[in-house]
Amino acid sequence: MQMFNPYSLDGKTILITGASSGIGKTTAIECSKLGAQVVITGRDRNRLQETYDLLEGAGHLMIAADLTAAEEVEALLTELPQLSGVVNNAGIALPKLFSFTTNEEAEQVFKTNFFSPFELLRGIVKRKKLVKNSSVVFVSSIAGTTITSLGGSVYGASKSALNGLSKALALELAPKRIRVNTVMPGMIETQILADSSIGEADLEADRKRYPLGRYGQPQDVAYAIIYLLSDASSWMTGTNLLLDGGYTLT
Amino acid sequence: MELKTFVKNFAEQFDETDAAIFTPETKFREIEEWCSLTVMAIIGMADEVYHVRLTGDEMKASKTIEDVYNCVKSKV
Repeated sequence: MQMFNPYSLDGKTILITGASSGIGKTTAIECSKLGAQVVITGRDRNRLQETYDLLEGAGHLMIAADLTAAEEVEALLTELPQLSGVVNNAGIALPKLFSFTTNEEAEQVFKTNFFSPFELLRGIVKRKKLVKNSSVVFVSSIAGTTITSLGGSVYGASKSALNGLSKALALELAPKRIRVNTVMPGMIETQILADSSIGEADLEADRKRYPLGRYGQPQDVAYAIIYLLSDASSWMTGTNLLLDGGYTLT
Repeated sequence: MELKTFVKNFAEQFDETDAAIFTPETKFREIEEWCSLTVMAIIGMADEVYHVRLTGDEMKASKTIEDVYNCVKSKV
């Protein structure tokens, strides 16, 4: 007898960007465990392969692409099958004070964090690749709209831009029965942390500022994304799922 | 990479403190204006002027301005 599961992704095909590592990698794997066929994309072919090898089930697709390169986005769009969901997860951070941030650096962050999902989704919608009752999720952040930190200006701005975009898309795509939402995670234990110049002692101190006593794990975000991708959230659109271990309570 | 210029660049990141008090031997953490913002400003200056990436841990390990200078110089 099949267990009742409203969060099942059986029969759904989900595209996940930034799937070579971090939140994207874990989300892809967890989606596959819930029965989805996933299409994973990322820049690093080797690490993307690692994700692919960890997927459960069959029928998955792996397409290496740099989403800031127009020709590669075009090639990806051509290869995409019909989709039931899109997870716009690829993103970079830039912890740097505003006055030291160059235009080029700011543009690079916006290119990856905002314009890439913008272009990709526009291509997907124009080519009618999203089926009825599908779901789009943007991985945003508590940074920008809700909290900020020293050096968080550009990153926060780019994530705030995603929140604004998501709301408008929720309205415009509702007639097509395409839902659009964001998840807004706090600090998550991924490579993006290891790559920053914040020391371990500072990170430890920061972890303690979370009422639930820890940073998030990639799975914490993955399961929220899965809720939004599943039929369980059929009546949710234009919202932001806050996932922050209680950080923004204080 | 000149020490005197570095000290001047270091001092420039402070708005309230007289530039004259900054020397290579200055224990920067004892300056009243020193805070988490100035840490990031020094990191920003090292990147902008010397194209060197300083980490929070490296700043922690430094006591004097000359310590920071040596750290930046080793990465140039």
